[in-house]
Amino acid sequence: MELLVIFISALLINNFVLHYFLGICPFIGVSNRLDSAFSMGLAVTFVMTIAATVSWLIYYLLLVPYHLEFLEIVSFILVIASLVQVVEMFIKKVSPPLYQALGIYLPLITTNCAILGVALLTVLKKYNFIETLIFALGAGLGFTLAIVIMAGIREELEFADVPETLKGAGITLITAGILALAFMGFSGLV
Amino acid sequence: MKLWKEFIKGWWKENPVFVMVLGMCPTLAVTNSVKNAIGMIGAVAFVLVGSSFIVSVIRKMVPNQVRIATFIVVIATFVTMADRYLAAYYPDLSKALGPYVPLIVVNCIILGRQEAFASKNGVVASVLDALGMSMGFGIALMLMSSVREILGSGTWLGMRVLGSWYIPWQVMILPAGAFFVLGFLIWGFNSINKAFKG
Repeated sequence: MELLVIFISALLINNFVLHYFLGICPFIGVSNRLDSAFSMGLAVTFVMTIAATVSWLIYYLLLVPYHLEFLEIVSFILVIASLVQVVEMFIKKVSPPLYQALGIYLPLITTNCAILGVALLTVLKKYNFIETLIFALGAGLGFTLAIVIMAGIREELEFADVPETLKGAGITLITAGILALAFMGFSGLV
Repeated sequence: MKLWKEFIKGWWKENPVFVMVLGMCPTLAVTNSVKNAIGMIGAVAFVLVGSSFIVSVIRKMVPNQVRIATFIVVIATFVTMADRYLAAYYPDLSKALGPYVPLIVVNCIILGRQEAFASKNGVVASVLDALGMSMGFGIALMLMSSVREILGSGTWLGMRVLGSWYIPWQVMILPAGAFFVLGFLIWGFNSINKAFKG
């Protein structure tokens, strides 16, 4: 039950993009086409789940016993950067079609603040291992949901008569605002 | 003269938030009050100037293949310093900013400046560039947080601006308000630029 609450709240109520403002760069940059948005979402979910669990292990098995908690930021970002590299090589070897689909988005993920955000938030919220796993999965799927909805709206927006100076980031942010308003409706869920 | 240009370009012409649309997380997340915004501006300016200085000093020693990793480690070190300092001296502010101080590590403005400027230019120019970019970031955050705090709570830096007749526009301090305000500010910014060009 507890786990379900964590999952639903990471997915809908405290959606990473629309509530924590994490992963806004790819949200604005990669959300202009539906299929690429979906690939990006899957790549993020994948890396996010692995990164959160690995950083959890590092934090509680390495940093806490040796009282090195202040190295949190440096070690997490190094873990994420190297993890992205490893995942990229692994996928390339094991599943070339998946690599084709995710390829160009994988390196970009290193600088996606959502990944580091999940790792930092699990420490802040003092989750245990299983809760971390569920939280990361929910957050990743929440990111996918938000970016896919956004891409769907933006494909329609292309045919709309938007003022010249509002095009691009401006209209995307205002649309995201309306989306955030809609997601506020989920807050009564838990 | 050229150095002066490096300094002022970040204010308007290459404003990191409005023109380059970088560093969106803190811009949206911490601007619900002016106080939080000031804390964030200070932390970002410290990290940006510090890491630009170090990166421009060591730029000739760093092999090209590992430069991004090197920049990240330099930035993460400065972020850890800023995070510990805030936690020790301003615990309330540190709590309000939450994970967004550690997240400065992945702020694209900072890594972007190291990659685009500090790794190619001298120390003086890099520090001036970093100072200018910090000011541009500061201008954007101050604008955002002023609009949001005045409309959302009727106060500015905790002082009452609008009288008791004003019913706070709650949405402005909620996440949705952040997206709206930034969207409209970018629209305004582009319109002004276009009017001056045309």
